[in-house]
Amino acid sequence: MLSIKNLQVKLEDEDKQILKGVNLEVEAGKVHAIMGPNGSGKSTLSYVLSGKDGYEVTGGSATLEDVDLLEMEPEERAAAGLFLAFQYPVEIPGVGNMTFLRTAVNAQRKARGEEEMSAAEFLKVVRARAKELKIDADMLKRPVNVGFSGGEKKRNEILQMAMLEPKMCILDETDSGLDVDAMKLVAEGVNALRSEGRGFLVITHYQRLLDHIKPDVVHIMADGRIIKTGGPELALEVENNGYADILAEVV
Amino acid sequence: MADAAVKSDPTEAMIASLSMPEGTWAAPARADALARLRAMGLPQRRDEYWKYTRPDTLTQIGAPKAAVLASDEAPMYDAVDRLSIVFVDGVYDADASDDLTLEGVTIERLAAANSDLHWATSIYGVLETRGQNPVERPLAALNTAFATDGILIHVTGKPSKPINLIYRHESDSSDAILHHCIKLEDGAEVTVLENGPAAARFNKVMEVEVADNASFHHIRAQGRDHERRAATHIFARLGTEAAFRSFTMTVNGQLTRNDCVIELVGDDSIAHVAGACVGDGDFHHDDTVFITHDAVNCQSRQVFKKVLRNGATGVFQGKILVKADAQKTDGYQISQSLLLDGDSQFLAKPELEIYADDVACSHGSTSGAIDEDALFYLRSRGVPTGDATDLLTLAFLAEAVDEIAHEDLREDMTARLGAWLTRRRS
Repeated sequence: MLSIKNLQVKLEDEDKQILKGVNLEVEAGKVHAIMGPNGSGKSTLSYVLSGKDGYEVTGGSATLEDVDLLEMEPEERAAAGLFLAFQYPVEIPGVGNMTFLRTAVNAQRKARGEEEMSAAEFLKVVRARAKELKIDADMLKRPVNVGFSGGEKKRNEILQMAMLEPKMCILDETDSGLDVDAMKLVAEGVNALRSEGRGFLVITHYQRLLDHIKPDVVHIMADGRIIKTGGPELALEVENNGYADILAEVV
Repeated sequence: MADAAVKSDPTEAMIASLSMPEGTWAAPARADALARLRAMGLPQRRDEYWKYTRPDTLTQIGAPKAAVLASDEAPMYDAVDRLSIVFVDGVYDADASDDLTLEGVTIERLAAANSDLHWATSIYGVLETRGQNPVERPLAALNTAFATDGILIHVTGKPSKPINLIYRHESDSSDAILHHCIKLEDGAEVTVLENGPAAARFNKVMEVEVADNASFHHIRAQGRDHERRAATHIFARLGTEAAFRSFTMTVNGQLTRNDCVIELVGDDSIAHVAGACVGDGDFHHDDTVFITHDAVNCQSRQVFKKVLRNGATGVFQGKILVKADAQKTDGYQISQSLLLDGDSQFLAKPELEIYADDVACSHGSTSGAIDEDALFYLRSRGVPTGDATDLLTLAFLAEAVDEIAHEDLREDMTARLGAWLTRRRS
């Protein structure tokens, strides 16, 4: 599904290498988690994959189902099936959440040559999905993320994911700023979307989230590289001992 | 005085080029206005309120040419049941206009109102004169003196439908001067819709007297022909618990100067003035607003949003004056521009002058570009850059458009602004 080979990335404006050769394969139907200390390059990886400005790819490749992601505009990557759940979802005053969702769903459908969703059909689907995530009608009417609590913003990300039905979902520290109940709700939303044809890359600092979204593979990232890969037990090791032991082991 | 002497020549030349309509009740007001114009002289660039907008093409003799463009857009307010009054290049078109009879209101043409004791005597040129102080508005005095026609609307009740003044533009050199007077009696309520490119050059004054408990709604669309020029003035005076709400959408136009002068003289009155404009290239749009609070517990709102691209210019000169007795004033003013490129400019002069001590007044003025984070967020969800930019641009304009109380009209305005943005994508 997602194939990253020796990916090297620097900041566009600064001579600072952030990713120093990342290798990663996420198969369809699997959940991979990336853990790592602050500044290891986890969020950069998610931004580069989704096409944010400000980064320069200096080497390597990233493909989604053999299609080169790095050559595409962000909207093309989205239409190709990539979705990033933002660590800090952006507030957009003046744009209603419903309008936003419908514009996004239909833009992707249009890009893929599919028929646009009718207003009635869209409303039916969005109401059902919103209900599962305990998102009320008021949140759908309000401007995108404006005045939303931390939990509401993250639930809204998962709602977008549910509506857009991507092939490959990247969750960038989706657990940050969430209390236990909110985290459970978000995790349930993600788990409901797990399917054979869909891959997940869950970026997190803490093992906590992985209690609720059980990963198949766990990677540890440090200093722009993946330094260790293992099963779910690797996350527990981090939780118990911190990153120091693993870093020491590798160095 | 030396200034006036220097100015007098072009002013006299302009006066000589125009002819004052004959006689009737308006004659004294016209003569007074001519004297005011002579005393003030036409606006010049060094005048304080003409620093950002060159008055030359508004004060030259004869209108600069303005091509008439074909448009396949549906006519404005098409879905609204309304009484239409049509002017073509400033000339009343009886065939295209509806019958002027409507319950709760009497409607006459300025050029046809011959009664010696006309109600409009108390308004015509009167509100304009009040609006000349402390800032002179010579083009309005010129209008009062030389207006060839206009509509006089006396509202005694609550007419069942809006009155739509439609200004068609068919001649590339038309120079139109229209003057409307609107008087709302106690408790009356009316909606006036305006639209159309009007003329190659359009000078329009609208004087509005809103009596106690009366409510005036005004929605205006200025659009289409890019080369047109317009100087418009609204002069309004509000009584106790009166309401005045005005929204203007402007698309295209090489020069549009919209003056709005409002006096709140009755307690607990409300004045909202809003504008949304989108312009490209040599588009130049100037909103000059002056709101005077002269009564207790009144509220005023000024909300102006401008989207500028390809070197377009936006101007906002907005003032809130709170007189010493106008306690409990609630004044709000915001003017913002969205600059879609580095060539465009927004010139703003927000002013507050407050003599009362128990008031809440706020004002803000900003210029900015499209929010890159919001743009990326939308794109990451699959919305192409052009659509995402338009969506964010409409969101920027929304605060102004939301001042329109009528939902269908609000949606129609938004759709038209969106269509303009789509047409003008680079």
